[in-house]
Amino acid sequence: MNIVVCLKQTFDTEAKIVLDGSGKIDANGVTLVINPYDEFAVEEALTLKEKFGGEVTLVSMGGERTQEALRTALAMGADQAILVNDPAIESPDEWMAAEVLAKAISQIPYDIILAGRIAVDDGSSQVAVRIADVLDIPSVSSILKLEVEETKATVTREIDGGTEVIELSLPAVLTAQKGLNIPRYPSMMGIMKAKKKEIKVLTLADLGMTAADLPRKMSVPKFTMPSPRKGGIKVTGEAADAARELARILREEAKVI
Amino acid sequence: MAKGIWIIIEQHKLEIRKVSLELMSQGRIIADKTGEPLVAVILGKGVAALADKVAAYGADKVIVVDDDKLTDYTTGAYTSVLNKLIRKEEPQAVLLGNTAVGKDLAPRLAQRLGVGLASDCTGMETDEAGFLTFKRPIYGGKAFAEVESTTRPVMATIRPNIFPLAAADETRKAEVVNEAAEIDASDLRAIVKEIVIAASARPELIEANIIISGGRGMKGPENYCILEECADVIGAAVGASRAAVDAGWIEQKFQVGQTGKTVSPTLYIACGISGAIQHLAGMGSSKVIVAINKDPEAYIFTLADYSIVGDLFEIVPLLTQEFKKLV
Repeated sequence: MNIVVCLKQTFDTEAKIVLDGSGKIDANGVTLVINPYDEFAVEEALTLKEKFGGEVTLVSMGGERTQEALRTALAMGADQAILVNDPAIESPDEWMAAEVLAKAISQIPYDIILAGRIAVDDGSSQVAVRIADVLDIPSVSSILKLEVEETKATVTREIDGGTEVIELSLPAVLTAQKGLNIPRYPSMMGIMKAKKKEIKVLTLADLGMTAADLPRKMSVPKFTMPSPRKGGIKVTGEAADAARELARILREEAKVI
Repeated sequence: MAKGIWIIIEQHKLEIRKVSLELMSQGRIIADKTGEPLVAVILGKGVAALADKVAAYGADKVIVVDDDKLTDYTTGAYTSVLNKLIRKEEPQAVLLGNTAVGKDLAPRLAQRLGVGLASDCTGMETDEAGFLTFKRPIYGGKAFAEVESTTRPVMATIRPNIFPLAAADETRKAEVVNEAAEIDASDLRAIVKEIVIAASARPELIEANIIISGGRGMKGPENYCILEECADVIGAAVGASRAAVDAGWIEQKFQVGQTGKTVSPTLYIACGISGAIQHLAGMGSSKVIVAINKDPEAYIFTLADYSIVGDLFEIVPLLTQEFKKLV
């Protein structure tokens, strides 16, 4: 079974976000990690490989530092990686990212494409689903359980207020929700082996594309910071008095109860 | 060339999601400002009966696509139907709620149409030319991105609880247009076998007006009943921090934060939550925040509107009693 994992390198979720002088998000000194939801995708891919054999190929786009995230996932047990690194596609919108990644994936064999359900940086939850549309294959978002049987998969997906079970034909794109599995840590042996694994770096030209094929569909974002919240009223006194006063404030002053 | 602002109405078992009506309410305001007609689009089985309801929320026109194959939401069938409709009618804007369905449907539809999509928006404005611009949280709400689409239709998913619900006007009537679904086999490669909705009288976390959340200070799974009792008095949803979820005290679907749900309720009551940055990211846009924590140094106090330094096991039951007197 050929399994592809779309992987994105993101800021650590504990990272503090600041804007630099030009109003862009400042990546200086920020710890970069594998997008946490993509770790579930990697783990699921490795589980499938252990069960059915085959290969796990990571596909990503980004700059030089993205190799660190790919190397970590290779150490977890993925077999190889493809990184599309081209200055022409710096800060792509979701349409561009999907077109490029789908092109890279279309050049390798795949039965299942896994990705995280959301990237914790831009939080848009779009690219994996868009890739499925470019490749004209079915997709299911936010899965909690996956069972594969020959060319068919049965997945449990999270919906608002519950879950649903979906049966679909392969190949397909599936996006991982927390709860699907518990990602393994790279072993010492895995880390050693990963050093010898191939990360194939491709440019747009290698994919037979040019920047002109990728006109932006969304404007370059303007970034702002949330208006800072200030600590407000401390309700003090004996527990019973404080509770009564808080309830009164919420009803009469804040008018939210 | 008024081609309209389209709101894709989400319904489950003929019950319209609240966020769809919030979008109708805000859509009406934009329609009046820009002179565009407001169009509600309803897909499903037996959905014609819902046309009056969306008309009451301001629709000038309702497009109904009624088909057995649309009974349950599936990515393939819904994308296919909407793609054809949008290509035919060429609306200016297509808006959806940022729900489990909206998050799945909107990107697939946008790609099929070859357009951009602003997802999980918490702000929507019209510029001088009448074009829609959007504000959306990034890094789980630690910053915002302001974006606009360079393509038409403009597409966006909007987070629940952002726009107020207008009063329904039952006397309003809309033009109702029935369209055929025309779904083929390739649209049905993924089919729903079973839907399990957890039996809960409490509101869905992302749509709840009030959320009462518990963190590490809850000490164990058995104590969430304290929050549940309070929640049921004030019609709140129950949430949790990552610490509580990772400890296995409560299911992951209740997690609020950068790796859980991002919420914007009117009132967020944080109990025994210290205020880790990734939690604050998920609830920082709440209108009013209350913090109850026995650690006076807890970071959450620096941004809560109202705080009590004290033992949640003592305070919350007392608060529940006080709420009972009010509601």
